[in-house]
Amino acid sequence: MRNATGGTRYAVAVLATLAVAFVALPQVYGNQSVLFTMMTYMALAQGLNLVYGFTGYLPFGYVGFFGTGAYACSILVTFTGLPVLLCVIGGGLAALLIGLILGPLLRLSGAYFSIANLAASQIIYYVVSNEALKPLTGGPYGIKIDQVFAPTASYAAMLVVLLLTTALAAYFRLSRFGLGLRAMHQNPISAAVAGVNIVRARLVVWLVSATVAGLIGGVYAWNLSVFYPDAVFTLEISVFAIVFALFGGVGTVIGPLLGAGLLYTFYAAIGVSTPQYFQLLYGSLIVFLVLFLPNGLVSLLVRRKLHVL
Amino acid sequence: MSSEPLLRLENIEKRFGGLIVLHEQSFSVSAGEILGLVGPNGSGKTTTINVISGVLRANSGRILFEGKEIRNQPIFRIARLGINRSFQVPKCFRAMSARENIEVAATFGAHAPVDVDAILDEIGLLRHAGEPAGSLTVNQQKMLDLGRALATNPRLLLIDEIGAGLNPSELGAIAALLKSLAARGIALIVVEHLLEFLNRITDRVIVLGAGRMLFEGSLAEASRHPDVVAAFIGG
Ligand SMILES: Nc1ncnc2c1ncn2[C@@H]1O[C@H](COP(=O)(O)OP(=O)(O)O)[C@@H](O)[C@H]1O
Ligand SMILES: [Mg+2]
Repeated sequence: MRNATGGTRYAVAVLATLAVAFVALPQVYGNQSVLFTMMTYMALAQGLNLVYGFTGYLPFGYVGFFGTGAYACSILVTFTGLPVLLCVIGGGLAALLIGLILGPLLRLSGAYFSIANLAASQIIYYVVSNEALKPLTGGPYGIKIDQVFAPTASYAAMLVVLLLTTALAAYFRLSRFGLGLRAMHQNPISAAVAGVNIVRARLVVWLVSATVAGLIGGVYAWNLSVFYPDAVFTLEISVFAIVFALFGGVGTVIGPLLGAGLLYTFYAAIGVSTPQYFQLLYGSLIVFLVLFLPNGLVSLLVRRKLHVL
Repeated sequence: MSSEPLLRLENIEKRFGGLIVLHEQSFSVSAGEILGLVGPNGSGKTTTINVISGVLRANSGRILFEGKEIRNQPIFRIARLGINRSFQVPKCFRAMSARENIEVAATFGAHAPVDVDAILDEIGLLRHAGEPAGSLTVNQQKMLDLGRALATNPRLLLIDEIGAGLNPSELGAIAALLKSLAARGIALIVVEHLLEFLNRITDRVIVLGAGRMLFEGSLAEASRHPDVVAAFIGG
């Protein structure tokens, strides 16, 4: 595309800003676990954006991949003694496998896809948390991998996953593959007639997005090191990722980062101490968003003719 | 030129549920030839184009392109083989610029590099290249739809009622363009209500009536054929 080099420079600047920010922030702000969780949501919002923003398929059950990654990583740590980073990658691969199994859902459209994906995530949750699987997953009693507990190393790993996910979004924005995605998103039949292999493109995006969520889940499990199934399968995680991504603006690189960064900051500031106010503000914000900013915060930049990656 | 036709349909049948929309369609087109497809509304013209371009699957019969069966190929593969089409209602990528619309097809549908500017010029949209397709007029969108098809370097082009709504000078330009495409060796199937327009570019037409081929031959003969007259009058 004509603007590829400018776009690439923009992408590098976004990645560098993220890296510098999350390396520097722990020096000035003491609560590393808040920063870690913020990165987790930025990465989840960005990972969800990969599939929703670039194909229009809204995965309500996105948390299923996250939880799968968390559990697969923990099970590998518990039973194989492999280096924890390999276990994290194993979490990504497990989510990829689930993505492959759920691939046929892409034949459904709109709400049917979203609901089927939601149901799938709940099935995974019930299987993992089942008493019968206690020897493997710990069942409802949760899983513990505190032998690898390493807050700083897992913080760094989450930053790497966030950068990777953002680089993927930039690739979807700027590459030849991304040109086909944009065409497919606007008119799948025309895109196919123009020569785009839409079935494959959609599947690739879906699997990439699933894998990323698995990696995020793996690092999250590593950071927590002790958790119950609810902690990594609660639907709230899907809802947060969706709202954060929409608030910033899907289909862009910076939108989900801005949305998750701002809303999570807001949540950390008042949501934990005074959840009732947070809920109220949060609800109002969603209504405001739907009414006035359907394309997210980035549309404010677009209106000012600023280039948005 | 080989004696083998570029495209051959053999006994193509298409049903929607219990409704048979194409009955045993068989015809062929050769490189550089323009075939007109006419018939009243609902007679199956668009369905014929949909079936050839892979947008719809035929229920039975064979579609041979250069002798190779393509009936069950996905749309994108048929496009890459060299068959492309325009839509009766243009389907552009509305949020993309006119140039990007062409670039998508040039990037994914063509085997050899494509001169995007030359195509924009040919369809009269070079001056509008940077504008979003959604902001173009309907007629410009029709031309863009044609340009998107041309950007895949097709050897067979299926045109669905491009003439509707064009003024006489635009019709003249499009007739000249279609003839020049045929002169380059592209085979064309042109669905058109405007018989006068069709008469200017070809003397071989197929008349469809309720999914059946009623007639094949020249337009002049068609207008004297009793089945054709009955179909158009609604007999
Ligand atoms: N997707 C569809 N589902 C059901 N019936 C259809 C569909 N598309 C076309 N038809 C029917 O098939 C017949 C032929 O339609 P079409 O090929 O669009 O006609 P034409 O282009 O000659 O006006 C019509 O009776 C139409 O109602
Ligand atoms: Mg029609």
